[in-house]
This record gives sequence, structure tokens and C-alpha cells, in this order.
Amino acid sequence: MGGKDSLLTYFLFKKFDFVLLDVKLGTMKALILVGGYGTRLRPLTLSRPKPLVEFANKPMLMHQIEALLEAGVTQVVLAVSYRAEQMESELRAETDKLGITLTFSHETEPLGTAGPLALAKDILASGDEPFFVLNSDVICDFPFKEMVDFHKAHGKEGTIVVTKVEEPSKYGVVVYSDQGRIEKFVEKPTEFVSNKINAGMYIFNPSIMKRIELRPMSIEKEVFPCMAKDAELFAYELQGFWMDVGQPKDFITGTTLYLKSVREKNPAMLYSGPGAVGNSLVDPTAVIGANCRIGPNVTIGPGVVIEDGVCVKRCTILRDATIKSHSWLDSCIVGWKCVVGRWVRLENVTVLGEDVIVKDEIYINGGKVLPHKAISDSVPEPQIIM
Amino acid sequence: MLVKAVILIGGNQKGTRFRPLSLDLPKPLFAVAGFPIIQHHIEACVQIPFLKEIIILGYYGVNEMSQFVGEMVQLYKLNIRYLQEFEPLGTAGGLYHFRDQIRCGNPDYFFVLNGDVCADFPLIEMLEFHQTHREKQQAIVTLMATEATRQQSLIYGCIIENKENNTLEHYVEKPSTFISTLVNCGVYIFSPEVFHQMANVFNKKQMDFYNVENGSSVEREALYLEKEILMPLAGTGKALVYQTLKWWSQLKTPGAAIYANRHYLNLFRERRPERLANSDQPTIIGDVYIHPTANVHPTAVLGPNVSIGAHATISYGTRIKESIVLAHSRVLDHSLVLYSIIGANSEIGCWSRVEGTPCDPNPDKPFAKMENAPLFNDEGRLNPSITILGNNVTIPSEVIVRNSIVLPHKELTRSYNNEIIL
Repeated sequence: MGGKDSLLTYFLFKKFDFVLLDVKLGTMKALILVGGYGTRLRPLTLSRPKPLVEFANKPMLMHQIEALLEAGVTQVVLAVSYRAEQMESELRAETDKLGITLTFSHETEPLGTAGPLALAKDILASGDEPFFVLNSDVICDFPFKEMVDFHKAHGKEGTIVVTKVEEPSKYGVVVYSDQGRIEKFVEKPTEFVSNKINAGMYIFNPSIMKRIELRPMSIEKEVFPCMAKDAELFAYELQGFWMDVGQPKDFITGTTLYLKSVREKNPAMLYSGPGAVGNSLVDPTAVIGANCRIGPNVTIGPGVVIEDGVCVKRCTILRDATIKSHSWLDSCIVGWKCVVGRWVRLENVTVLGEDVIVKDEIYINGGKVLPHKAISDSVPEPQIIM
Repeated sequence: MLVKAVILIGGNQKGTRFRPLSLDLPKPLFAVAGFPIIQHHIEACVQIPFLKEIIILGYYGVNEMSQFVGEMVQLYKLNIRYLQEFEPLGTAGGLYHFRDQIRCGNPDYFFVLNGDVCADFPLIEMLEFHQTHREKQQAIVTLMATEATRQQSLIYGCIIENKENNTLEHYVEKPSTFISTLVNCGVYIFSPEVFHQMANVFNKKQMDFYNVENGSSVEREALYLEKEILMPLAGTGKALVYQTLKWWSQLKTPGAAIYANRHYLNLFRERRPERLANSDQPTIIGDVYIHPTANVHPTAVLGPNVSIGAHATISYGTRIKESIVLAHSRVLDHSLVLYSIIGANSEIGCWSRVEGTPCDPNPDKPFAKMENAPLFNDEGRLNPSITILGNNVTIPSEVIVRNSIVLPHKELTRSYNNEIIL
């Protein structure tokens, strides 16, 4: 087991680009907690499983998988939660198309946040190497190599990545010593305790399996506190941006942070064509008309058509959508294949599901529109349109 | 035969519901379908054969009206005068006060039209009606009447007509309970005998004033047409009712101006199609009036029911619908204006949306008139209505102004919804 070099071939999902990647086999594995139907990201997730919704023009799952592969991980297990059979088959179909071999771990009864680890024990704990566990909604500058170095340096059983946030009381905060040894967790504190929260990324040694039973178990409530008491849990401070993009408002904010990071690392990727303002990502197959204003913080997917005189700010426009002339969009997500008419105004985290048609001159303020709907009346106050 | 017409226009104290549009300009001069409200009246009067003079009566200052009157005289080559009441004299007081002016030349009849109504005025038919019927009845006045819904009739003057001889049986102004669905349009034909009637009422009032100790001198000389002249004539056979099926509406609110704009543009389509815009560039939908000096970009899409005033600028990729844009205003690139009135010399930035809510009559009820909702609802919130920008208002780019009223000379910095912005 292990130690053998082998070839891992996969297609990058940019069409017609084949890349043969010769990855050195470490033997590290990763478990991505994909979870269930992604109800917070509806109406987008009514058409597609959340891991396949494109964030910054790349399926959310692929952001993590590519970073993992680059860090030497060879096997990725997707933990799909209870009652998500359909999602597993959709995901499998997509990843097969991408040429990646993934293993699916599927709960037949709800196992909570720790149980999935036990379910995948055979793969995760098959060797001595530690393994990653990731929450699938997390976007950041994945520091997987640094995490491994940090984990091996302290030599204890577990590493939790923590990140600084402005409003920690909405989450659970992590309290740790200067060396990083975690002392305790405080859920939704009522007074300021710390501004570091659990960023949803971990490294564990296979020995953690002793602490986990194959039953519904909460890793935060049942496993971590014990590990902290045993001084086996350490905190790795994440540098750079972090976002849980599991709901539309955060999806849009996360895009802004991600694009800022692209500006710093690889500015040539950003859109600099006519009408560009700030940081935007535009797929080369998208068509942009005259007199437009694109950006800041816009991602435009493949096959998108933006007609003349359109202003798009802080939006995600998914594949094959069309935005007709003179419309104005701010802080929205436009789903796949949508057609947005002329002189339309969309704002305030309006989300259009797949194949929505918005007629000319409509105003939508904070609307969440379910797939295949035609909108012919304005929606001036936030609401859900079925 | 000799006929005259009198148009009653009131003054600044009246017509406050037309604010903010009437803050800088007398309401009768506000442009609907490209022409001042009372110019539509004048045009209807000019069609009458034997019409020799039009007198405009009100208590706006003479200097406020003189330019308009001068233009009308030039345009229609007719005697048109503005006479200013020295104080508010009520709906009939001015007529009585200026009776010599009206009577001079010995007109056989004179029309009286309310300045705050709008209609497809059937003046010639009404004149024929009055001429044929008055002989039998010795009538001194014919009222123009129209159908309204039961509920809406309560805000008008209600008429009971004797169908056998078309006389006025009963008349109540704004009753508290239902009287009749037939309502008074505020358009009349009088024979000069009516001045005897008015003299009687006037003199009696003066006697009362002098006989009572410490009598109030306020409105001493005011006379009210509906209450003091018409009501007493009901049942005497001296007043006739001419019912019209043509379009008629009150024009008391800015919402009514949008409604009237649509109907007058529609009438132009029937009678004066040369006044309407007709081209491929800019794209015209339905009835649209564009002043010859206005500057409209070929990519703009205008209509239906849009009036663009003198020297207005309508820029690249704009969309204007069901709205009135007054003189010297600028609508910049990609913006949308819908159910709104844009005051003179105002500016709307790029990619902005100015939008109102129409107050159209209920399409399910025959004869329904425009909704005349109060400004605020029961919870104290502004009722959704036409968006109005007073003159010299600036709307920045990329905002939405919806169902709001913006007073003149205001510069907005953000979006607004359902508000009055002082």
C-alpha cells in the first residue's frame, strides 16, 4: 500500500484543454463533506447539486479538488449525506466527465458531522498518513501544504484551520494558546471571547477514528472537546480571505474576495476589455456588447451574451444566460440559460434560477425566482417567486 | 348668430392637489399631450361656428397668463382675453362680475367650461341640442352630463334628468348618499337671461349682508354656480341636460394628467395625426408627441402615450412609456421612465429607473372614472401613484425612484420608494 508512483490523469474542465498531470503520490486522502441538497443556495440548487454550481466560473467542488490535487492528495472521498442519492448520481456523472476518480461515501442513515468519517474509515485510515476533512462550502486560498507542515510540526492528533471574522458571535469561536493548542470552543458567545472561528477545514491522524463511532455524532460537540481536553487539537491560522459561500449573499461577497485575490496573484486572468471596471472574470466564449459597464466584481460564464448598454456590478452570470440591452444589475446571481430583457433592473441579491425569463422593463428587488419561470410583473419588495 | 365661450380657471389657492407641478406654473398652463390644458379647451371652442370670442376668467395674476393668451391669439386668430377676478368670486361670481364683457356684442349663447376638466368636448352637438330644445322649455342653461359608477358619483354633482323632456329634475353637489349615476361635467351653455337669475341671487346676498349686524364680508360677492344657480333651477324646466357618451374626466391630480395625456394623444391620432411622432428612429410605439425642438436619440424607444416637451433631450438607449417629459429636461443613457411626470429642466442620470403607478379607471366597470385616491392611505403611507419630479430636479445615475413625489430644485443622492421628498 502506498509508496508507488502512479499517474493521475484528469481533464481540466476548460473545454478542449487537456492536461496530463503527473502527480507524485504522497498517500494523503481527503474527505469533502458535500452534505445534502444545499437548500440555502436555492433556487440555484433546485437545478443542480451545490458542489456543481459555478463559483467564479468553476464548479465549487473543483476549487477544492484542484487545490487538493496540487497539494499531493490522491484520493478524494465525497461524503454525501443521508437521502441524497440523486445528488450522488449527478455528481458522479459530472466528475466522470471531468475524468477524476472520486469515491462516494453515502450515508444510509443520518450520521451527523462526525459519522461520515467513520463511514469512510477504510479509505481514510488505511495508512499512517493524516487526512484532510473539508466543508464543501468553503472558499479561500487553500493552504493545504502549509497545513500539512504545521500538522506534522506539532505532531498531535488534529489540526483545525481558524480564520478571523468581523462578527464571530454568529459562529462558534475557537480559543487557543500562543502555540496554537486549542483550549476550548464557545458556540455563539454573548460576550467577546475571540474573533477566530472554525474555518471548516481539518487535518486528522487516522488515530482519530478511535473517537468516532458509526452513529449520528457531532464532531464539534462530541469529538473536538475531548480532543482539546487531551491537548491533541491545534489551530492553524488562515491567512488571506475566507468565505462560506453556501447562501446567495455570501456567494456574492465571496466572489468579491476571490477576485481580489486573483488581482493579486494572476491579474492577467481578469477582464480588461471594453467597459471593464475593477475586478471581473469573463469566460472567453462570452460576448459583450458596446457601451457596457462590466464590474466591479462580476463573473460571466461561458456562452453568456451581454447586449449593448448593459451595466453589471457585483453579479454572477452563469453559463448561457443572456442580458439584453440597457439593463442594470447589481448584486445578483443570474442562473444558467436565463434571459433578462431590456431595461430591466435587478438588485439586492436577486437570484434567478435556471431558465428564468424576465420580460423587458421589469424591476426585481431581492427576488428569488424558481427555475423555468417567466416574470412579467415587477417585484418591488423582496419575495420568492414560484 | 353670435356665440362666446368662457373658460373658468381659478387661481393659486385652488388646484393644490396638482402640486408640485402647480408650484411654479398655473395649473391651466401645464402641458398635457404637448399642449397646455386649457389650449385643448380653446381648440374645442374654435371649432364652433359663430364663435367670436373666448374669455378666460380666473384670479391668477395677469402677467402669469398674458404670454399664453398672446400666443393663443396669434395661433387661432380669434379674440381671446384673460380677465382677472379681483378676489376669489366662486364658480359663478366671476361670470356675474364680468357680465357686461360677456354680454357685449349681444351673444345668443355663451359656453362656460371648467378649466380643470378634460374631454372630447362635444360643443357643436351640445349647441344644436340647446338650440332645438330650449324653445319648448324656455331653458336658460344646458348642462353637459356623463355616466359614472354608483360609488364614484358621490364625488361629483349628481343629476336627475326627466327623460321625456331632457330637463333637470334634481341636482345635488357631492351627495353623502347615492342620488344618481349621471354627473355634471362642468361644461354649460347659457343664454344671457341667466344673468337675471344671477342678479337676483347676488342682490339677495347683498341685502342679507347689509341687514345683518357684523355680517361677514368674506366672499361677499362670491356666487356658486352649482349651489346657487343650478340647484334652484332644478324642477323648473329652465335647465336642460345634455348627456354625452364621449370621453370626459376631471383633471385635478397629476395622475389625472397622465390619464388625460393618453386620451388627448389618442384624440390627436383620430383628428390631427400630423401632430404625433411617426418614424423608425427613434422607435415609436403607439401615440407619442415630440415637440419639434426636442432632441431624441435614434436608439430611444418612446411610447405608448408619451409627450416630450420643447428642447428636451432624450439620450442613447432610453425607454419612456406612459409619461410626460416637460421642457428642457434631460433623460440620460439607458434610463427608463414609466408612468411619471418629469418637471421642466430636470435631469435623470444614466441607467436610472423613474417609475410610478397609474390610477386608471377600473376596466371591469363600465363608465368607471379615474381613481381619485387620497394622497395617504389609512396607515399614513403614501398611496402608490404617478411619480412626479418637480422642475429642476436631479436624479443621479443607477438609482430607482418609485411612486414618489420630488419637490422642485431637489438633488437626489439615492433611491426612493413611496416617499415625498421635500
